Amino acid sequence: MVVMTWKEIEKKIHTRFDDRILKWFQHNDRRIYVDINPDDLIDFSRFLFEDLKARFVIASGVDTPRGGVEILYHFDFYQLPQVFSLRVFVKKPELEVESISTIIKGAEWIEREIKELLGVNFKNHPDLRHLVLPENWPEGKYPLRRDM
Amino acid sequence: MSEIIPIGPYHPLQEEPEFFRLHVEGERVVKVDIEIGYNHRGIEKLAESKSWDQVVFLVERICGICSTSHPAASVNAMEDLGGIEAPERAQYIRTIICELERIHSHLLWLGLAGHFIGYNTVWMWVWKYREIICDIFEKISGNRQSYAMFKVGGVRRDIPDEDIPWIRKSLDKLKLALDLFKGAVMDDPVIHARTKGVGVLTKEQAKNYCVVGPTARPSGIAIDVRKDDPYFAYDWIDWDIVVLEEGDVFAKVACRILEMYESVKIIEQCLDKMKPGIIDLNVKELPPGEGIGRAEAPRGEVYHYVRSDGSNFPVRYKVRAPSYMNIFSNEVACVGERVADAALVLAAVDPCYCCTDRLIVIDQGTKKERVLEGNELIRLSQQRTEKIKKELGVK
Repeated sequence: MVVMTWKEIEKKIHTRFDDRILKWFQHNDRRIYVDINPDDLIDFSRFLFEDLKARFVIASGVDTPRGGVEILYHFDFYQLPQVFSLRVFVKKPELEVESISTIIKGAEWIEREIKELLGVNFKNHPDLRHLVLPENWPEGKYPLRRDM
Repeated sequence: MSEIIPIGPYHPLQEEPEFFRLHVEGERVVKVDIEIGYNHRGIEKLAESKSWDQVVFLVERICGICSTSHPAASVNAMEDLGGIEAPERAQYIRTIICELERIHSHLLWLGLAGHFIGYNTVWMWVWKYREIICDIFEKISGNRQSYAMFKVGGVRRDIPDEDIPWIRKSLDKLKLALDLFKGAVMDDPVIHARTKGVGVLTKEQAKNYCVVGPTARPSGIAIDVRKDDPYFAYDWIDWDIVVLEEGDVFAKVACRILEMYESVKIIEQCLDKMKPGIIDLNVKELPPGEGIGRAEAPRGEVYHYVRSDGSNFPVRYKVRAPSYMNIFSNEVACVGERVADAALVLAAVDPCYCCTDRLIVIDQGTKKERVLEGNELIRLSQQRTEKIKKELGVK
């Protein structure tokens, strides 16, 4: 099932997005973190998921002291050991980013979760109801924020 | 014209909290709405106030069935963060624990599935032989569940050489039992009629819903963290991943049964290859930075992400259990199925609610809701098996 090696994938990403990558950090040969602008997220995700046939693993959000929430979208390429994490910084107070669940169905739940736990709004998400917190959870209280 | 049937908040099969709202037309399911969160314990938040050593104990409490898969991903993440490589003997011991757990978890599920379709003999026998594994665990760790074996840079307990012949003998007994189950389940015409072509998840759907483990592999997707991103001793051992093409409930059952043989193979090789040596590096500190750890749990890929500022506590700890991805795929796998089969399809992903976190049936025409109690669903399912038995002339 492997159609591409990591070298080929790396090259393709660079050719297509080189000018839009803010930082390329390789923790080791299996873990790659790439910082991008939130505006490029949809293009990047579509390229990874549709063109490079990547698998969406999960997203994780971190509240930072730098006035925003950092969201990491983790991808892998099926039979390859590399985990490719796209990092976007979503600024307060808007805290809004485009939803990737319009491209990747499997991202729907985690975006709902990040919305309720960190208060990030996902534009164009089909269903932003509570996922893990109860319906009567007080508005504006986000359990994973630093001030909680 | 359709009706809404709620299943839950306790799943009738696994008796864990999860809520499914089935929209049905007559006997067929047209839509599924899944609610989770009944069991949300805020473990990620709690982890931020625990020391690195305590985190491994904490994540071991995420799941009561595959209790060691979260610690496995956890130590992988922390070792990735610190660039640590555990000693060889520790890696073999870790692999043995992970594979024993896979067998016990698959057997637990197989027994429950047997009960659900009315094969109580399968249930009793499978659970009887599951005891072999629990006994091995007790011998190695002192516990039948939650073994507390893993720590950053090694394991907490060694497997003494004098225990190894007994472990091998127990595995031989288990192999005979596996042959018995394989025959009883995979060659049974009634089970074929109940599970073949039921709850099909196509390859395309599996990719779209990003499913993992024994939910993805029966749909023709050859993914397994043990092969793709090898950790512990999996790279030093000769074994195969089980991939099937049909994507139905039967393929999911078959995948798990065949995987248990591979697990036995892995354990035996580990016992052969293990050499005397240290089992722990005694790691005291972790540097600032980020770490990602993956492990193949019985239900699929467990994914942990940690962030450290160099202190004794994680700044952020993210856990992604395999069921989180797999349960969502029921949204498509259940559609078109009979109500009597729906709960079986829902259970076929071997959902772990502790890790993720309930069924209502809604009549689309009348919009009436009726709640199906667990016992009623099991009765419905068992009636369906009886009907098939009559049709096939099997007693």
